[in-house]
Amino acid sequence: MNKRKRLSPKSSKPKRSMLKTKYKTGERMLMKGNEALAEGAVRAGCRFFAGYPITPQNEIPEYLSWRLFEVGGTFIQAESEISAINMLFGASAVGARVMTSSSGCGISLKQEGISYMTAAELPCFYASVVRGGPGLGNISPAQSDYFQSTRGGAQGDYRVICLAPNSVQEMGNFPKLAYDLADKYRNPAMVLADGLLGQMMEPMGFTFDFIDVDKLPPKDYILTGCKNRKRRIINTLRMDSDRLEKFNWKLYEKYKRIKENEVRYEERYTDDADIIIVAYGTAARVSIDTLVRGREEGIKIGLIRPITLWPFPRKIINELASRVENFLVVEMSIGQLIEDVQLAVEGKAKIHFHGRPGGNVPTGEEVLKAVKQALK
Amino acid sequence: MQKIFKKPQSMTKIPMRYCPGCGHAIVHRLIAEVIDEFDIKERTIGIAPVGCAVFLDEYLNCDMIQVAHGRCPAAATGMKRVRPDVIVFSYQGDGDLAAIGTAETIHAATRGENFTVIFINNAIYGMTGGQQAPTTMPKQKTTTSVYGRDPKIHGYPIKVCEMLSALDGPVYLERVALNKAANVLRAKRALKKAFRIQLDGLGFSLVEILSPCPTGWGLTPRKACEYVDEKMISYYPLGVYKDLTQKKPT
Repeated sequence: MNKRKRLSPKSSKPKRSMLKTKYKTGERMLMKGNEALAEGAVRAGCRFFAGYPITPQNEIPEYLSWRLFEVGGTFIQAESEISAINMLFGASAVGARVMTSSSGCGISLKQEGISYMTAAELPCFYASVVRGGPGLGNISPAQSDYFQSTRGGAQGDYRVICLAPNSVQEMGNFPKLAYDLADKYRNPAMVLADGLLGQMMEPMGFTFDFIDVDKLPPKDYILTGCKNRKRRIINTLRMDSDRLEKFNWKLYEKYKRIKENEVRYEERYTDDADIIIVAYGTAARVSIDTLVRGREEGIKIGLIRPITLWPFPRKIINELASRVENFLVVEMSIGQLIEDVQLAVEGKAKIHFHGRPGGNVPTGEEVLKAVKQALK
Repeated sequence: MQKIFKKPQSMTKIPMRYCPGCGHAIVHRLIAEVIDEFDIKERTIGIAPVGCAVFLDEYLNCDMIQVAHGRCPAAATGMKRVRPDVIVFSYQGDGDLAAIGTAETIHAATRGENFTVIFINNAIYGMTGGQQAPTTMPKQKTTTSVYGRDPKIHGYPIKVCEMLSALDGPVYLERVALNKAANVLRAKRALKKAFRIQLDGLGFSLVEILSPCPTGWGLTPRKACEYVDEKMISYYPLGVYKDLTQKKPT
């Protein structure tokens, strides 16, 4: 009789050290976007997560609820998004790499806390897995929270570094980039995904080693109790207007440095292009299909995919606008990214728009039609 | 000659800017005395609220953080979970703790987070100019209830200690007052006990302090103390509302 070999419970139990690192660097596997993001964050040093359930990002807290315990971290399901972001405020103030995640409707509630963290110059990482809006909207993938992410909805002159992945691979990679940038500039950094990127499964592999949080550079601003040093104060109240102005200019300088050094984008076939598609995330993924289809038909399509939505890759688009006549902005909204493209193009080229709001994802064919229409 | 009464080491030299007769200054000092007596200045993080006591970070000589209105218990949760060895206390007024931050307060308490909440109840919004608070008592006049709080119109106030005592999470809840010397000493004993509970890792402790706000109430400092005695204590009875320290922690 063909007996199936059973693994004894002992042999199937992973070693403690393996439990911590979990996946070998470079090991290829099939992973869901939300889980890749969660595991990527843990590998990048996340040791504190607080969040509140909201579709389509629930796999992130679900994964972290058991995963963080394996690495000695903390997971809290908070009573609200507002409470969750303020838990991060406290946990970041005492030095942990912290994380929260939500969808647009929850990020709305977190905005106040994010403003406070920019004012306190505390790093944090959060992910927004966007669904359709406004209001309760629906739970399908959308890109209607571009303004919310790149402009912010809370009080004050502040900016948040915003990374836009377009694959499960990047969902896994970007938490580390976000943490590094957040720590470097002492400012919140976010990943802007959508329901499709969060829910789909793709082959991916982590490209960076599991980070030992004890070996991260020490932070000289965190609160630990004032043993053997002067006491530290973290306060976002600057009553004196000269003092607040000085701080505002300090932020200005910081944001200027970020704009100069941290712009990231992907460029495809722009050299001979007659039309350039500008799209990020899922819309960019679809547009790559359009690009291939178009090129097969002899239509010279190029693509600019902003990876950092803030700072926006303004310079490259401006340069291209000097020699390319047509731009097509593809996004899953009624037009938000297009405003940044308009600012970058400075009226030097025609800007066309193809939008699919409401939780609908455009197809490559559909976008190709829009390209042909634009070139008419 | 031996100095028998001096400024606690955990206070800075910055003069306080509170109104004459205000309870904040007394509570600040009591906290500093407790920190000194436990010798925990070097491992304490205090949380300043929004309101008059937003300047708490200037007056206490330890690591301090100021948190958004109502969110102190959430931030304290984050700090304490990451660094269980530090001593964390949050200092909150009635609008902060019992209006905008009600959810944070209740959930931190019911999770049994191991930090200490110092709750200043003066039944009014002091810094913004004397508006109705969640703890404003029936018939009490404020700038947003000019004919006095009418429960039929404005609803009833929240009794925080009574409300929290229904939860399983809190270890210690006591209400004290600042209207006379004997009560101030009782307040200090309560604060000390609350810090002791945190030091022993037992869980959530909250001390509610009935505190005079002469400016907000439109009374002289002496009359404000009498008001606490006659009006507040009868509505908000003093005493221990929960104390699990007698039982063995499970």
